[in-house]
Amino acid sequence: MVTTTEKMIGNYPDERGHFGPYGGLFVSETLMDPLDELREAYQHFMQDEAFLKELDEDLKHYVGRPSPIYHAKRWSEELNGAQIYLKREDLNHTGAHKVNNTVGQALLARHMGKTRIIAETGAGQHGVASATVAARLGLECVVYMGAVDIARQEANVYRMRLLGAEVRSVESGSKTLKDALNEAMRDWVTNVDNTFYIIGTVAGPHPYPAMVRDFQSVIGREARRQMPEQAGRQPDALVACVGGGSNAIGLFYPYLDDREVAIYGVEAAGSGLDSGQHAAPLCAGKPGVLHGNRTYLMEDKDGQIIETHSVSAGLDYPGVGPEHAWLKDSGRANYVAVTDQEALAAFHDLTRIEGIIPALESSHALAYAAKLAQTMRRDQIVLVNLSGRGDKDMHTVAAQEGLKI
Amino acid sequence: MSMLKEKFAQLRQQQKTALVPFITAGDPLPEITVDLMQDLVAAGADIIELGIPFSDPMADGPVIQRASERALEYHVSLRDVLEMVSRFRQMDSETPVVLMGYLNPIEIMGYQNFAEQAAKAGVDGVLVVDLPPEEGQEFQQIMLQHGLDQIYLVAPTSTAARIERICELSGGFVYYVSVKGVTGASHLDIESLDEKLKQIRENTDLPVGVGFGIKDAETAAAVSQVSDAVVVGSALVSRVEALADQPEKIGAALRETLSNMRQAMDNAVHK
Repeated sequence: MVTTTEKMIGNYPDERGHFGPYGGLFVSETLMDPLDELREAYQHFMQDEAFLKELDEDLKHYVGRPSPIYHAKRWSEELNGAQIYLKREDLNHTGAHKVNNTVGQALLARHMGKTRIIAETGAGQHGVASATVAARLGLECVVYMGAVDIARQEANVYRMRLLGAEVRSVESGSKTLKDALNEAMRDWVTNVDNTFYIIGTVAGPHPYPAMVRDFQSVIGREARRQMPEQAGRQPDALVACVGGGSNAIGLFYPYLDDREVAIYGVEAAGSGLDSGQHAAPLCAGKPGVLHGNRTYLMEDKDGQIIETHSVSAGLDYPGVGPEHAWLKDSGRANYVAVTDQEALAAFHDLTRIEGIIPALESSHALAYAAKLAQTMRRDQIVLVNLSGRGDKDMHTVAAQEGLKI
Repeated sequence: MSMLKEKFAQLRQQQKTALVPFITAGDPLPEITVDLMQDLVAAGADIIELGIPFSDPMADGPVIQRASERALEYHVSLRDVLEMVSRFRQMDSETPVVLMGYLNPIEIMGYQNFAEQAAKAGVDGVLVVDLPPEEGQEFQQIMLQHGLDQIYLVAPTSTAARIERICELSGGFVYYVSVKGVTGASHLDIESLDEKLKQIRENTDLPVGVGFGIKDAETAAAVSQVSDAVVVGSALVSRVEALADQPEKIGAALRETLSNMRQAMDNAVHK
């Protein structure tokens, strides 16, 4: 078990949350002081031995960490290229990496004396992970979810309700994740005295991008320890899908100083980057300001945020964490995109060849890893973050084949 | 002297509180915005606050969100908004116009370009909701160079240190957000408002306006007794919304609502 007490590396962000020109604190005045309070509490508790011990215990006994690393031998054999290893975040409690962050933030909420949790969700994974930890700590929980997403993710909506959360349908704007985030911010600004807002990704105003990264980097810290034990050395390349980018930064961050390790973030190209129907701000967007930070965005010529398209609801977000924007510009990480069709093909391959049903989000990472591996030698290693499992996607995949289940 | 400064000096002499109506540019039809601005002046507006439509208005309540959505159906851009101000200016050279909006449409136009065009169109002040002083230095420099006042918000959560800093940086007036919440929220408490305004005035000689949560003539009158300006948004925009299908009736409706507020404010015993 790698503990959170190990030193966090890297010098970003600066004191006010900037990653180069990205990140920062772009919110209305009402939230400035609450964000300051959050930053102070976060910085305090991340140095607090008792808090960190509690967090480590929760990650071990409640989440089920460390998550294993699995060598996908048969798939690697078939691809006839580099060896593919999978970091099994799909085996976490609630089925994805999201819970690493919600366990941490909920613990922080409790230590700050907040009695009410709010969260936004797209596919429902972060909503479920938030409702889960709120149930466990006995905190009230309200989850904002776009009306469009509620319709396409019924099972997760029901899970949240079973866990005691109130799911509020968001009818404004495009009725998806970005609007759920707007609505959660509006709730927070109104109920800021007793409410803790658990943001699910490495976006939002400072300190969220850094805080969520730090909670998620348990993924990469474990991997750095596990890879030498299991494969005899560190991987040559890391691959993870990027929507907001929390699973990706979780894997990448502890490897940033290992310059010989190549890093690839995979965005959703939807129907193709040329079609305009995608969710790939790093590959095809430009910098702007949304949801409290400066980052790459999907926007039109007037600066209005445009709707995104991806078969995977979890990648359907027009922005991306500011640290990814910085890693792109600085050249430390490469950002690429794969289409719905490519992701679906990888989904089926991993399911049939390895007996692991991946989430559609993670299938984007798998699709790119397969392409990348085929350009590499057989003695090289690609480590993919298998960020979640595919149970939630049965409806979507069946619908692609014309089936209704 | 800036037009905002001049206007407040005038009002101070007349012992009047400024009435500042807000509408979203292009709501519900781009071609009637300039007429509506004139209606507002006719009904007693001292300053006009014009909203720049944005797809993700995080600090606004449902009423003003939907106003943005209606305007965006016509793809009303920041350039279109400036064009409206410019047409209004040709007919009214005395009523200051303040733009209120979010940073992204300004950022994509470019700070320099925006400031030039805004000054040329006859804009007097700009309030960027999601640009706190910490991130606003470059923008503020450029605004100053073009003679535009940058208006900052003070909130119930603002600490003494923040209030001091914001007052130092503000131009035109200081805008106090009277409730914790989004635009259109309720529960305005006049007593605690008065206290907060006193705290703000210890830091600045600038006029202090109050907005968010002023929903009727009675509240407007009460707030006018403790503030230098009363900003009314959602109460007007919800009238626009109710008549979105009969745009020819909106002007009269806005005149009615606003002149009631004006009257109530002027009748209230002044501070």
